[in-house]
Amino acid sequence: MTTQAAYHNPGAPSDNTGTHTAIVQSRPDFAAIAAWIPQGASVLDLGCGDGSLLEYLKSERQVRGYGVEIDNQGILHCIERGVNVIQSNLEDGLSGFESGAFDFVILSQTLQATRHTEALVKEMLRVGREAIVSFPNFGYWKARLQVLRGNMPVSSELPYQWYDTPNVHLCTLHDFEALCASHAIQVLGRHVITHGRDVSFMPNLLGSMAVYRFKRAD
Amino acid sequence: MSDSVGIAQAQRASFDVPLKFQSGATLPRYDMMYETYGTLNAAKSNAILICHALSGHHHVAGTYADQPKNIGWWDNMVGPGKPIDTNKFFVIGLNNLGGCHGSTGPSSPNPETGKPYGSSFPIVTVEDWVQAQARLADQLGIRQFAAIIGGSLGGMQAMQWALSFPERVRHVLAIATAPNLTTENIAFNDVARNAILTDPDFHGGDFYQHGAVPTRGLRLARMLGHITYLSDDAMAGKFGRGLRSGEYKYGYDIEFEVESYLRYQGDKFASYFDANTYLLMTKALDYFDPARHTDGNLARAFAPIQADFLVVSFSSDWRFSPDRSREIVKALLHNRRNVSYAEIESRHGHDSFLMQDEQYFAVMRNYLNNVAKEVA
Repeated sequence: MTTQAAYHNPGAPSDNTGTHTAIVQSRPDFAAIAAWIPQGASVLDLGCGDGSLLEYLKSERQVRGYGVEIDNQGILHCIERGVNVIQSNLEDGLSGFESGAFDFVILSQTLQATRHTEALVKEMLRVGREAIVSFPNFGYWKARLQVLRGNMPVSSELPYQWYDTPNVHLCTLHDFEALCASHAIQVLGRHVITHGRDVSFMPNLLGSMAVYRFKRAD
Repeated sequence: MSDSVGIAQAQRASFDVPLKFQSGATLPRYDMMYETYGTLNAAKSNAILICHALSGHHHVAGTYADQPKNIGWWDNMVGPGKPIDTNKFFVIGLNNLGGCHGSTGPSSPNPETGKPYGSSFPIVTVEDWVQAQARLADQLGIRQFAAIIGGSLGGMQAMQWALSFPERVRHVLAIATAPNLTTENIAFNDVARNAILTDPDFHGGDFYQHGAVPTRGLRLARMLGHITYLSDDAMAGKFGRGLRSGEYKYGYDIEFEVESYLRYQGDKFASYFDANTYLLMTKALDYFDPARHTDGNLARAFAPIQADFLVVSFSSDWRFSPDRSREIVKALLHNRRNVSYAEIESRHGHDSFLMQDEQYFAVMRNYLNNVAKEVA
């Protein structure tokens, strides 16, 4: 399983000596996520990788956080950072977590690499009162251009060839919002980002990455 | 520089305040054997207690001056620069009550009769052990442990510490353990006990006076236990269908390599282990069940816990499977405790927790590095 190591992230510091500024520069979705999370919230970070988001949220928002990760190296990094981490495969579901156990369940740069994406989104909203996902926008103009030229897109957001990519469920902003509409999911907020800057004009064309905050519409 | 703790010194602590057991029985006075490695800091905040499993004891690491080949049972894990680093921590190993390595147990003389306790030694539970261990901690001046660590039955003691003395343990490292034994595990234990109980040399537990040793029963119990501590894969890999002489002999002597191995292990164990201790240990395993006071609800049973937890399981361990460790994790999450969980890929079954493994050791090392910083 490579699911949770899917996001290629060359700039991220692998130890916790780097400044948070550096973390946010290399992961522009982190600041957007932190902005939505109130002080002291409880957070479950699915596919938490090396634990850098949780460490960032612990220091910026004093969250009570847990990560879920399958990769052995990720587990070691999280434990080294003093971040709670549960070794588990997301594709097996979230049966290890009680309903409503967390204020937020986060899936950062992993949605597109999950196999049972629809089921996982439902599980996120069972375990968390709210959910946050970030993913590369397949509708970004550079991706569209490459498809128009006759090739699958390869970029810094999508650094894989079609034959070795872990990304099996790529989508555009429109696609994700359609999923929400058809599954009684209420979108509470959206950030669209390109090169670390917010994009408000024609986001589905000009945004390379999207971050959504949502909950069950009830 | 050596990574061994070097020459260890077994010590004896004596207690003359009676200890009341869960069963209602009382031991008026008792001794406990222990060893320590590393140095207790001035604040007495860097102590780690190692709880042993079924056949373990106080000799955790190093060797003895007069027995250079008698290496402690967890020497690969405990020592200077090792995951449980004796340069940073003051590590204590002990032999539980009912044991057969010097602590008061069934083979010790009952002061009232002058004869070995034998069948009159009380049944001990994990709770009883933890009470006795706490008294040893008092005697050593340790108010709070930086960590309590145990695998299997030892993990149960580490968990029980967090329940019985929530304020006395900062971290619990619960390895290859379970919140209680499965039905199948109790069944295995019962077969093992029956092998001993039905051995004519057992004499109802008072074999010492008869100059007898129920070696056959103990040997069978160990052979059965040993099979369950390994995995099908590990046994197949080690022995396969290998024959000692290369051909069938059409008889009941040792033919397959695995038979030879099991009988050797059984004989070795029966030559030094006490049959009554084996019975007591399996019973303590069977009885451990913190959720029995809360209608089987482990989350509610864990409510008193304050300690942070590291839970570790091994993929091929079918006696204390990863699923059982996940139950512990889930109950801790319910109580909003800090917990990390690592599932180690391993072929060696339940015995994996005693083996050297890169990921397992790195998990332990990384976790304990942070504990060391916290208590420094």
